This record gives sequence, C-alpha cells and structure tokens, in this order.
Amino acid sequence: MSYEAVIGLEIHSELKTNTKIFCGCATSFGAEHNTHVCPVCLGLPGVLPVLNKRVLEFAIKAGLALNCKINNFSKFDRKNYYYPDLPKNWQTSQYDLPICEHGYVDIETSKGRKRIRVTRIHMEEDAGKLVHSGNTIKDSDTSNVDYNRTGVPLIEIVSEPDMSTPEEARLYMEKVKSILQYIDVSNCRMEEGNLRADLNVSLRPRGSEVLGTRTEMKNINSFKAVEEALSYEIERQEEVLEDGGHIIQETRTWDPDRGVTLSMRSKENAHDYRYMPEPDLVPIITSDEEIEAFRKTLPELPDARQARLESEYGLSSYDAGIITSSRQMAEYFDAVVAGGADAKLAANWIMGDLSKNLNAEGIAVEASPVDAKRLGEMIALISKGTISSKIAKQVFEEMWQSPDSPEKIVKDKGLVQITDTKAIEAIVDKVIADNPKAVEEYRGGKKKAIGSLVGQVMKQSKGKANPQMVNELLTKKLD
Amino acid sequence: MKLFEKPAHVLHDMLVNKEITSLELTESVLTRIDEVEGEVQAYLTVTREEALAQAKAVDEKIAGGEAISFLEGIPGAIKDNICTKGIKTTCASRILQKFVPPYDATVVSKLNAQQPVVLGKTNLDEFAMGGSTENSAYHATHNPWNTACVPGGSSGGSAAAVAAGTAVWALGSDTGGSIRQPASFCGVVGMKPTYGRVSRYGLVAYASSLDQIGPITRDVTDCANILNIIAGRDEMDSTSLDQPVPDFTKALVQDVKGLKIGLPKEYFVKGMDAEVEAAVKAAVKQLEAMGAEVAEISLPNTDYAISTYYLIAPAEAATNLARYDGVSYGERVEGAADLVEMMTKTRTQYLGEEVKRRIMIGNYALSAGYYDAYYLKALKVRRLVKEDYDRAFRDVDVIICPTAPSVAYKLGEKIDNPLEMYLQDACTVPLNLAGLPGISVPCGYNRENMPIGMQIIGRALDEETLLRVAYTYEQSQSYHEDRAQLGGK
Repeated sequence: MSYEAVIGLEIHSELKTNTKIFCGCATSFGAEHNTHVCPVCLGLPGVLPVLNKRVLEFAIKAGLALNCKINNFSKFDRKNYYYPDLPKNWQTSQYDLPICEHGYVDIETSKGRKRIRVTRIHMEEDAGKLVHSGNTIKDSDTSNVDYNRTGVPLIEIVSEPDMSTPEEARLYMEKVKSILQYIDVSNCRMEEGNLRADLNVSLRPRGSEVLGTRTEMKNINSFKAVEEALSYEIERQEEVLEDGGHIIQETRTWDPDRGVTLSMRSKENAHDYRYMPEPDLVPIITSDEEIEAFRKTLPELPDARQARLESEYGLSSYDAGIITSSRQMAEYFDAVVAGGADAKLAANWIMGDLSKNLNAEGIAVEASPVDAKRLGEMIALISKGTISSKIAKQVFEEMWQSPDSPEKIVKDKGLVQITDTKAIEAIVDKVIADNPKAVEEYRGGKKKAIGSLVGQVMKQSKGKANPQMVNELLTKKLD
Repeated sequence: MKLFEKPAHVLHDMLVNKEITSLELTESVLTRIDEVEGEVQAYLTVTREEALAQAKAVDEKIAGGEAISFLEGIPGAIKDNICTKGIKTTCASRILQKFVPPYDATVVSKLNAQQPVVLGKTNLDEFAMGGSTENSAYHATHNPWNTACVPGGSSGGSAAAVAAGTAVWALGSDTGGSIRQPASFCGVVGMKPTYGRVSRYGLVAYASSLDQIGPITRDVTDCANILNIIAGRDEMDSTSLDQPVPDFTKALVQDVKGLKIGLPKEYFVKGMDAEVEAAVKAAVKQLEAMGAEVAEISLPNTDYAISTYYLIAPAEAATNLARYDGVSYGERVEGAADLVEMMTKTRTQYLGEEVKRRIMIGNYALSAGYYDAYYLKALKVRRLVKEDYDRAFRDVDVIICPTAPSVAYKLGEKIDNPLEMYLQDACTVPLNLAGLPGISVPCGYNRENMPIGMQIIGRALDEETLLRVAYTYEQSQSYHEDRAQLGGK
C-alpha cells in the first residue's frame, strides 16, 4: 500500500526580550548557573508574576507576520506537571484563549507553492535546565537545577497537519525562522535552543481523509534533524503498518548520533496537565487600534520583499527567494543596489563569492568584511568596463583582506582592464604566431580551437585584456 | 484599661503627647505575652529583641521632636503566611518550618515604612486552610474569652493576639472568612477589603482569586487607619486594582440616616444559632433606630456558595501548593530512590491532613473528564453568586448578616468532621467569591459570654460605607471596650 505522511509542527521560539516574561531577571544566555534568578522566577512562596509587555508585543507581531487573527481577549493558564526544572510545578502558558489564531505561511516546495496553516500562537515561560552528574537523570548520583532559563519568554507556534513530506516540514520551519528574524522578535539561534520544534507525524493510505495514529518527537533543534527524524519516523511507521501492526500514540526521542527515533513515553503515561486559568494574571485585552499600531511597525516581510525584487529588478524567483530568506541578506542587497550597482550582478555576487566567503568563515552578512558600499562600487567598476568579471574576483578577494576601496585596489595592483585595441592586437598577433597548430585547427573548421587562443591572450595579458575585444580581434584576424 | 489593652489610635496619641514611650508600651505587651501566651498560644515566632530595638528607635525619634506616623512604635503582629524578610515564615506548615523569605510582602514593606514594632508571626491553620487554627502543624491557638474554645481561623493567631492583649493590631488573610470569622469569635474587628484593594505580593497563596490581606484590630478606627497604610495598587501584583485610595478615616462618622440595609433571608435560616441571630438582629434594630432603613433581600444562590468555594479554592490550592516538592527550598525527605519518590515522600510527610485533602479535591476537580463538571461549573456558579450581590446592591447600600452561624466552639469539637467545619463558612465565603469587602464587628455575647460578630458587606471598593456603618454601630455600644479576661483574673 502507498502511504501519505501527515505532519504538523509545534515550533517553540525564544523571544529576544532583555528580561524574563514575569520578572525583571536578564535573559542572556551562558551566564553562571543560577545568577539570573529572583524570588519570582524561583517560584518562592508568595510571589506573583507580572507580564512583560514586550513579550505581548513580540507575540502579537509574530501573529501578524504569520497572518494570524489577534484575539482581543486572551488569558494565561497553568499547565500543571511535576518536574524539578519547573519551580512552581506548573508552566504558565495559554490554553483555550491564545493571543493569536488562524494564520498561515506559504512555502516554495519543489512542486510549487504550498500554504501551511498556523492554528495558533501562544505565549509561555521556559523551564530551567537540569545538570546531571551523569549522562541522564537515571544514571546520575546527583542532579542540579539551573534556573537561569526559567521564565525566559517563548512563543509556541502550532501548525495544522498540512505538511506531507519532511522537506515541507523543513521549508516551513525555515520560513517561520526567517519571518521571526525579519520582525526581530527572536534570535532564532538554533544551537542555543532559541528555536526548536516538536514534530507530529502519522501515516494514512494515500487518498484517505482519515488521520492515522501519530507519534511526536520533541525538541528538534536543527533543520537537518527535522528532515532526518521525520524521514526515519515515516519509514518506521510504514514498516509497522506494512507488517500489519499498529502505531502506538507516543512521544519518541530523536537520537541524531544513531539516526533513529526511540520510544520515550506512551499515551497511557501521558500527563494530565489539569489546565486552569492563571488567577495571578489579569486577562489580556488588546484593542483593534493597538493591533493596527503593531501592524504598522512591521517591516517588509519575506514574501512581499521577494515579489518586489522580482518585479523591480527582474530577479528570478529562485534568486529573489534566496536573497530574501534572511532580512540581513535582503537589506545588504538593497544597500548594494541603492549604491547604483546593477541588480542582477549584485544578486550574483551576493549569492556567489560573498556567500561562499561568509559561509567558509562562518560570518554573518551584517559583519561581512566587504560591506554593501564597497561591493556596490566594485560592481560599478565591472559595469563601466574598468575591470572584467574575472579580475573582479581578484579584486573581491583583495577587498576581503583589506579595507581599501575597489578603485584603489585596481589602481595599486594595476588591474585595470586593457581596452586599448593596439595593445590587445599586439598580444593577439603574438599568440597567433606562437600557436600555429591551434590556428590551423580553427581554420580547418574546428571553431572550438579559438578557446585555447583566447585563453593564451588572457594569460599573457594577466587577465586584464577585455575578453570581448580579444574574441572579436581573434575572429577577425583568423577568418 | 492597661496599656496593652488600648487601641492603637489611643496609644498613638499617648506617644505623640509623650505620656508613654514606645519602649514602655512594647515591654507591657511583651510582659503580657510572657503572662498569657502559654494559655493562648497565638504566636509561632516572637521577635522580642527586634521589637525592643524598634521601640527604642521610635522613642529616640519622638525625643528628637520628629513627627510619627499612625503605627509608629505600636506593637503588632503578622500572620505567618505573609512573607517577612529575614523572619521565618512557616504558614504553620512543617514543609516551611525553616523557611526564611529573602523578601518582604508588599504590605510588610508598607507597614515597615511606618516603623511599627513587629512582635512576631501569628499562628494559623496550615496554609490558611481551616476555620479553627487547629490545623496548625505546630499547636492550636486558644480563644482568649474561653481557652477551651477555638479562636476561629485561619487567622486565629492574629485575632487571639489582638483580643488577648498580646498585640495591639495584626494582619490576617481572608480566603473564605479567615479574617472575619476569627474576629467574630474573638470579639475584635476584622476586615476583608475588596479583592485587589490590597496587594497580595508576599502573601503565600492558598487560593489566589480569593485571598486578600486585611487588618484585625480592637476597633473600627484602628481598622480604617491600617487600611490606609496597606491599600493601593502594587506593580508587583497584577490583580491589585488601579483605583484611587481614599482616606478611610474620613469615613469614621456616626451617620446612617437614610442608609439602606439589606438582610438576606438566606443567611438567617438552618443551622443558625438563635443567640447569634438575635444579637445581629438587635444590632440591625439599633442601626434602624439611628436612621437606617432595613429591608429583607434575597441572595438566591447562597446555598451553592460553599460547594462552589470548596471546588475553586482547592483547585487553586492544588496548583499553588505544587511548588512544595523538596527540590529547591523547604523540607525534603532524604534517601529517596528517585525523584518521584523524593517528591511524594516529602509532600506526604511534611504537609498536613487538611492541606492534602484540599490538594486531592482540587486535583480531582481539575482532572481531564471532571473539569467541566466541577471546576468549570463552579466558575459559572461563582458568577451567579456575584450577580446576586450586584442585583441586591441596586436597592441597598450594605448587607448585614452574622459573620458566623455560631460563637466559638470547643477545641476538637469539629476537627474530625471537615464537612461540618466547611459549613461554618456559609456567611463569609460568598463575599470572597464575589470579591466584595466585608467587616466583622462585635455585637454582643451569648449566655456563656462568648463574643458574637456582625458582618457588614459592601459594594466593591466601598470600604468607606462599611467603615461608616461599623463605626456608627460601634460608637452606639461599648463592646469594643470589653477585653477578654485571662491569666487568672
């Protein structure tokens, strides 16, 4: 039987507020254990939470950017379960009245555009972190708790089960990440756990409308793991079903080292969270005016930006999609073009040499040694014919190492393109004289042989000869 | 009247007029504690040295010609579920037997700004769950009017101390009657302000949507003065109301002319002690004689209030008390094999029976499959109870009823019957559900000379009318000048 996967994601994203969701403690990552704590986030007797207004603002912005309806009336609830990383033994979250509902995200799959619906976005607090003396709590003599992360604000973005392949799940998560970064509400540093997903997947016979039993994999924090874990799990479920077995509704963990998912907790052992309205926080009332005011603060979002790049500069959908996948990259592009550079050349350079160098050195585009202004100037030199594209690669590498302007580099290194017909002609004549065999082949009808002759001219001109002129002169003289 | 027996406003005037020093006063109260605390056992912690130091500091200030505020230099006590920085706060529970808060509750900060003399922390039913103070994990408190009787609860320690002369004033907390009922049993004044009028920050939560801190005092004047100090919006408590706080002492006028009093017929029925009913009705007659108009009213959902309360309060308590797990503070059972065993044994051993009962009820009410039938329905009935009052307050200015259906009963009399104990809250619980203010003032004695309390209920944020009615009644009588006889006198 042929099966179709049904995939839904719950993405947890840490919001980049300076302080925690219900107290004034810092949220910064990597501090010494239990230094960013106070009576409130430690859940001492008698303390009360106070909602950080920035958290609400960021959640609303995220909702707007993900095309959600923002609820005018929303509230917090207590999600009750016992675990030592949760000082109150409940997580303050939102249950039946989340701040945002009914949104969507469009993704570009290999089969075209697909809309993934967003069920809801709610605000909640993060838990602390257990530090075991051994590898797991089971084989540890002692376990300590670091409460620094307790109360760090999160939003949980819940999708409808609209994805059917691991690729779609990855694309959806990438898009959500990109949007959250665009609106600047989350750092989305996946290696720090800023962005992580719970993956829900079930199988059903292709064409069936009935959902199968699902399994869940929690806290997946890389795009690669999203695809790998889902692929593994789909295959595993397929095998179980093919063998006539039943899928058990359960939580499974993804072991990236072994590349397998493992059973963790079955539904029978699942928590009854005994949700109840949080009586220590007042309901959140947000007026339409406030919502519209937040909407006005949103920057141009990836989809709109991509469409603009396509229509305004004639970039391909693919190129525009790559450039707008990150706000920083898109802003870099805009700055290069604003400096007067040709947009298509700018796109090629950004996706080519710039990205290659950035990736090789692990640098973010906003920290690029070659800033948008200098890249724009360099592209202008190509357009003017001062340097060839080939020479430009050399200029770019020089710029990567030094703060000099491209003009200065070109001048200092003598890289100006030779456009003097006489100078080129001299080299051409010499090359024709030195390569009788190639000349003979060309004249004998093997037109391809001109390539090696052009190569010789370029080599002798140290790459500075205008390639177009070289071509023209050679053709003229040989024909 | 001895120094330790006087109300705070009289003592304040004596301090201002340099008739006494704070040290004399504090020593007088500390001596009283030495004499009668063995019988009453109102305190869990007495901070004798700190109290004496505070008294001396105030005396220096007065000697230096500085003005003093109302409570300055006047010894009082704080219920032991209100956090006091550096002073043990146990909630009368074993699980917090060594817990010393690193911070002050907002009400304590506000009081401390007045430089009162704090004598210590008073006894209560564990985590404020109970109506007799017998549920304290440490010891029961005895009623100063008859030490064989309970002082009421859960603020039994605070009420007993004020009645026994071992504190001039005290703070209590009221979730279902825990200030008003012990005030009634001990013949003192106790007020539960409007929900949100006083910050709950630092009050160890029992049931968050019902808890409210309030004063327990010897007369209405002291009550108004202390309410002035503790009321007001607090940024640390999202549920505290951002409403202007009037000067409550301005409400201390003897005038009830034209005031409309409602007598809810549902509060004067089954189980009501005849002497209590007679005393409250006589008090209402007295107010009528002074110009108030009296009408019978109906609060039809009163019967459901107790069941509603005993779902909502335990549900909130079940989550509020989940934090006492032995992980990061409080007591812990050592030697457990794993985490679950550690938490289970810790809670089993260090939480009391009544606390565990309410945690069980609460978790049951919140469980999947039961939530709609119990908790959700309780929330709906809560709204109905509130609507009863809203309707009644269209026609009347205050509602009057007994604070408790009986006078103080004997220790041990009801402790084995939780249900009967719960029914004692019938007159007080509905206000907490509705968030309304209520005050209990003494209105007589039964034939065994045990005090009877009258409860005056007002509109939300209208503590002023409550105080005016209470003050007018108080001044027409002399019950507030009576003192419990203790120490063999």
